[in-house]
Amino acid sequence: MNEAVALPRVEAIVVGASAGGVEALLSLLGPLRQGFVLPIIVVLHLPEERRSQLAEVFARRLMLPVEEATDKQDIAPGTVYFATPGYHLSVEQDRSLSLSLEDRVHYSRPSIDYLFESAADAYGSSLAAVLLTGANHDGARGLAQVKRCGGLTIVQDPEEAQVATMPQAALNIQQPDHVLPIHGIGRLLVELERIAC
Amino acid sequence: MESSTPAERNSEIELRLLIEAIYLKYSYDFRDYSGASIKRRVQHALSQFECATISALQEKVLHDPTAFMQLLQLLTIPVSEMFRDPSHFLAIRREVVPLLRTYPSIKIWIAGCSTGEEVYSMAILLREEGLLDRTIIYATDINPRSLDKAKQGIFSMENVRAYTANYQQAGGQRSFADYYTAAYGYAIFDKSLCENVTFADHSLATDSVFSETQLISCRNVLIYFNKKLQDRAFGLFHESLCHRGFLVLGSKETLDFSSYANQFEPLVKQERIYRKT
Repeated sequence: MNEAVALPRVEAIVVGASAGGVEALLSLLGPLRQGFVLPIIVVLHLPEERRSQLAEVFARRLMLPVEEATDKQDIAPGTVYFATPGYHLSVEQDRSLSLSLEDRVHYSRPSIDYLFESAADAYGSSLAAVLLTGANHDGARGLAQVKRCGGLTIVQDPEEAQVATMPQAALNIQQPDHVLPIHGIGRLLVELERIAC
Repeated sequence: MESSTPAERNSEIELRLLIEAIYLKYSYDFRDYSGASIKRRVQHALSQFECATISALQEKVLHDPTAFMQLLQLLTIPVSEMFRDPSHFLAIRREVVPLLRTYPSIKIWIAGCSTGEEVYSMAILLREEGLLDRTIIYATDINPRSLDKAKQGIFSMENVRAYTANYQQAGGQRSFADYYTAAYGYAIFDKSLCENVTFADHSLATDSVFSETQLISCRNVLIYFNKKLQDRAFGLFHESLCHRGFLVLGSKETLDFSSYANQFEPLVKQERIYRKT
């Protein structure tokens, strides 16, 4: 990370991950301490099971409160929200969450692009977006939109990612603000939170 | 928003104008739909209509009702399947049907029925429970083309294969093939299932209650509404339902954030089955 660059003040973090994402998310979010104030909204591609255990699995292993995103729910500080398999997850202008059943994007529902684009609309420059390991091209377009709206963009170093395709696809269309290994992204999130407080 | 680019600010303005124009000209009210999804659908429509801007799309649909009808197909989301979430239908069979049985005649409203999958699912379930003959089903939607498809009851065999698995998991008592005739890759559903079904144009955004009902099913419709419009819909449902009537929602929809939360109680919370208090 280029320490000389001043970090912006953000109000929310969005994260996208696909293949290899469970481990990557556990190492990214695991160290975050209780009391971390920024909300974190996550799309992780999974098989579309009707009842996802994702929130329960992460709740047991994170120090932060974890919830499966519910339609029309207000985004609360310091909470980690996971998208429900089978539904797209968006952020509305009033900073609540909404679900939808539009067609799959890159064979995926939820779509990382949809989360990132809608969050960029809602938060503008007060958003940080993180794209992690994955085997498809979801998220690249969304990350570009976050950048266009003035948000901070972070991509996991493809060399470190369990599957490089997704971070590499993002790098191919735009240079993000930071390309870092997981532990570096984790430190950056902590720093972003410190600035936000 | 403090940091949006001029281009994005323009498209925000254009989107609001388009939605207003559609309301003024055609009385379809998308003004209180969830913004993120409607924005994506309009953007998708731009490429379908080969319009460079939302303003260009607005001009087209304002002056050409046929173009508007095409746009309506893109703005509404006809994503549906039969016996979607089988455990939901199983819970209706086990928890709701025994109570419905106590009514001499039953009126059911399927609000936002799209292309009819929910209607046929409900009709099949009621027939197997011996209730279809004394039930009237009102199946409503804002999209006339969806209603036409729903009336026809013709679905692609490819989808019907998936519905068959759902039907069985939902506690289906027969062979699913008993309910349709297969021809040329399509399944034509038994017309007698719809003898007591009235398909009608009705908008949860602009229309009012038309009948007293014992059960209302509105699944995966409310997610497209903002809180204000959701509340309007819940108000209609509350008004239409009889004392202790049933409201069933989609598996990720909830009354929790609504001002009507206290006027319903969960019967099977997990399956989003509520009763009017």
